[in-house]
Amino acid sequence: MLYIFCPHCGLRSQNEFAYGGDATVKRPELNKEISDQEWNNFVYLRKSPRGKHLELWHHISGCRQWIKVERDTSTHEIFKTYKADELTE
Amino acid sequence: MQKYSVFSLIKNAFSDHQNWEVAWKDPTPKKEYDVIIIGGGGHGLATAYYLAKEHNITNVAIIEKGWIGGGNVGRNTTIIRSNYMHDDNALFSEFGMDLWRKMSQDLNYNVMFSPRGIINLAHSDAQMNAYSRRGNSMRLNGIDAVLLNREEVQKRIPMADFSDNVRFPIFGGLMQPSAGTARHDAVAWGYARQADSMGVDIIQNCEVTGFDVNNGKIVGVRTSRGDIKAKKVGLCVAGSTNILAEMLNMTLPIETHLLQACVSEPVKPLLDHVVTFGAGHFYCSQSDKGEMVMGGDLDGYNSYSQRGNLPTLQHVLTEGIAMFPFLSKLKMLRTWGGIMDMSMDGSPIIDKTHIDGLYLNCGWCYGGFKATPASGWTFAHTIAQDRVHELNAGYSLNRFNTGDLIDEKGLGTKTWIS
Repeated sequence: MLYIFCPHCGLRSQNEFAYGGDATVKRPELNKEISDQEWNNFVYLRKSPRGKHLELWHHISGCRQWIKVERDTSTHEIFKTYKADELTE
Repeated sequence: MQKYSVFSLIKNAFSDHQNWEVAWKDPTPKKEYDVIIIGGGGHGLATAYYLAKEHNITNVAIIEKGWIGGGNVGRNTTIIRSNYMHDDNALFSEFGMDLWRKMSQDLNYNVMFSPRGIINLAHSDAQMNAYSRRGNSMRLNGIDAVLLNREEVQKRIPMADFSDNVRFPIFGGLMQPSAGTARHDAVAWGYARQADSMGVDIIQNCEVTGFDVNNGKIVGVRTSRGDIKAKKVGLCVAGSTNILAEMLNMTLPIETHLLQACVSEPVKPLLDHVVTFGAGHFYCSQSDKGEMVMGGDLDGYNSYSQRGNLPTLQHVLTEGIAMFPFLSKLKMLRTWGGIMDMSMDGSPIIDKTHIDGLYLNCGWCYGGFKATPASGWTFAHTIAQDRVHELNAGYSLNRFNTGDLIDEKGLGTKTWIS
């Protein structure tokens, strides 16, 4: 069982969350000309690292907020969690 | 190579089975090979075998970080089927079914192929319609498919829940009678033994640490046992694909996810077929030892851990008990996990890459075991001829760019969603 610290609600079990995938992919800016290659990179390509991974989770049975979780994909250790609007550079 | 037969078995019985030849050797890596296959799982071993057998390329090494057959080929639920709707998947898998039927003879190794049939249960009229469509698509591609009504299903699997007040009543099912199971370890060992006998070097405990690429052409791999030169290199590493891709500065349409499976304690024979639950993701068959072999959903988040987490297992077995209530009385014998190369449309990739001489075989999601012979056969062709075969032409790496996806399940890019 993973225990995820929701920045809004506190420490909750994995059962309350839905996974939302890689949080580092960036949607292309819509007011610019976007090539097929850029769309391809955004929609399909994933680094899927072994080790630290920044990912989205949805606290679907809690506050229903999207959050970002920094987790190790080989040990499942969770280092830190963030609100969705944090770490946006 | 020593031929396995009833006579060799009797002969060796007289010497207490102490004098069998080793099934494959333990060579030290040579300086250079024509082809290096990275990954000593089912697909890698099959690729090496077909390179030698079909293309007469025997100066081949298989490089394996651990031991052969220690990954997904030894961790799956052994199901073999070709009940696909899309042409690319259907024709590829049905080609594989032919190889499965001949495999034990071809490899002189009993892979215990058991065409016991698979039944996908339907729990609504809409699902019966969808299965009718899928069955018709299969038959158009020459694959056997039978639509069963409720009574016909009940005759085949009377232990399923046919009572009145169930959440997901069984309306019927789609059966592929020629589908079945095989002994997964034997598949790896059978391919390894034949490949070895034709001159392939199987190099275990040898981890790839880097690649040598010169002017856009592969020239060799760096390993924990030294640098090895190669004219061509094929990647067959399933869940570890992204780790090697990173060394090559490639980003792929692949995410690595964890899938669990489990077996119950052994019981007397009661289940003749492979059966899948239609209102969720659960599949079950009975092994020759009597264990119920079960699996279902991915754990649902990126993972390289090869061991599972309880919530998913609990969820999957809840579905199992909804389908087969007797399962609740059985004790669990073992659970385990393997890491899956989940592609962004749920279909595999067997293709060349932008690096000359580097070939890619990945994206098998949770359907890699049944594809072992067809994957090895087509990958060997792709490597030997430096061009894809028509059977794997649809499994291109570029299809995500061009929009020619093979979205068999209609899940979009989130193929890990349950």
